[in-house]
Amino acid sequence: MPKVCCCLSSSQAIRSSLMAGKPKLYYFNGRGRMESVRWLLAAAGIEFVEEFLETREQYEKLLQDGALLFQQVPMVEIDGMKMVQTRAILGYIAAKHNLYGKNLKERALIDMYVEGTRDLMDLIRVHHKFSPEEQEKNLALINERATARYFPVYEKVLKDHGTEFLVGNQLTWADVQLIEAILMVEEKVSTILSKFPLLQDFKTRICNIPTIKKFLQPGSQRKPPPDESYVVTANRVFNRK
Amino acid sequence: MAGKPKLYYFDGRGKMESVRWLLAAAGVEFEEELLETREQYEKLLQDGALMFQQVPMVEIDGMKLVQTRAILNYLAATHNLYGRDLKERALIDMYVEGTTDLMQLILMFPFLSAEDKEKQHALIVQKATNRYFPAYEKVLRDHGQDYLVGNQFSWADIHLFEAILMVEEKKCDVLSEFPQLQMFKARISNMPRIKKFLEPGSQRKPIPDDKYVETVRRVLQMYYNVKASV
Repeated sequence: MPKVCCCLSSSQAIRSSLMAGKPKLYYFNGRGRMESVRWLLAAAGIEFVEEFLETREQYEKLLQDGALLFQQVPMVEIDGMKMVQTRAILGYIAAKHNLYGKNLKERALIDMYVEGTRDLMDLIRVHHKFSPEEQEKNLALINERATARYFPVYEKVLKDHGTEFLVGNQLTWADVQLIEAILMVEEKVSTILSKFPLLQDFKTRICNIPTIKKFLQPGSQRKPPPDESYVVTANRVFNRK
Repeated sequence: MAGKPKLYYFDGRGKMESVRWLLAAAGVEFEEELLETREQYEKLLQDGALMFQQVPMVEIDGMKLVQTRAILNYLAATHNLYGRDLKERALIDMYVEGTTDLMQLILMFPFLSAEDKEKQHALIVQKATNRYFPAYEKVLRDHGQDYLVGNQFSWADIHLFEAILMVEEKKCDVLSEFPQLQMFKARISNMPRIKKFLEPGSQRKPIPDDKYVETVRRVLQMYYNVKASV
């Protein structure tokens, strides 16, 4: 527990320790929609704690406590707020930690790029829910979208301005989300970057950034791809099937 | 650079409608190029005008912006509708993500089979009355102010207003248990620019019909087999 200054009332002290405290992530013990938040916090060098949902009762308690604005997770306790909605959470973290560009136009570019990578990652996020036959089709779709729609755009962006990062010559949320997307697609199609030399360089560079390198090492809070137990837990908590 | 924004989309609501609402509420005049043929769309693709080969696309301030969220963020920020600081922006973002999720259920509605439409209709009403409207009702009740965030008009109010009207088109008395939202709706309706946008002859688009569905399918060669949300 942090030391309490004797000149603060105890509730003020608790409040200020909460404000200075680490963000707390409420989600399953798995990637899902929360993984992008873990990536962004890690890239920004922000330590965070996690409460993993394992039982229906935990979820119902959060609901009863009014902790989930729209009855959904992800939820992140940060700076005195209980934030929900992944994009809102990511936008706040990015802006707070100088990862959202220097001006409105840079922000517009970052927004476009992260929306693109989000669409690509959404295809992968739901992959494990499909039957084997549907998974085959989905894999083909992921491959097609990555190589024909999304990666060519980022390859061209890097080629056109010749700098290390996607926007404004510094690390932003757009780079963090792109590296996450690249690694996710590679888990499904290992040769996906074969026609994208600049993205290969980008991948090497970004993975060598100290905070990101650390996140990629075993023992970090990065989660593995979804497995059977992840699916079972999510279904149990949400009373599905 | 000083020209009017130009919207590239179908002659219908879809994902572009929220952009039209935001521009109208901000008092910004805009032009539209309405996609009617496959050829128009292919020309945009060939010209490299669509970053991810998709619409909506908005030409504004020398940019060809795509991705609805990116477009709306930019417009809100440039027209002082995105709050005064990071925390207000966080609240606005949470609220618009909620209304976006609700409106997404309605967006796909016209593309569904008759049987799926019935299911979806029930889902829309259920989510509106059990998940989304209670959240906004509580926000307004708790702070007692006229607007959702920071005691000033913002993008969150416009988006909520649009969502309310869309759900009312499905069930006209859907606000019956939400007195705060009823008053909110009346207040927003009376704002001059909103009032103007609600009048016939504005660039607001009507409820999507079969012709709209047929146009989207023809131009994009997609969305032939859309299913109701679970």
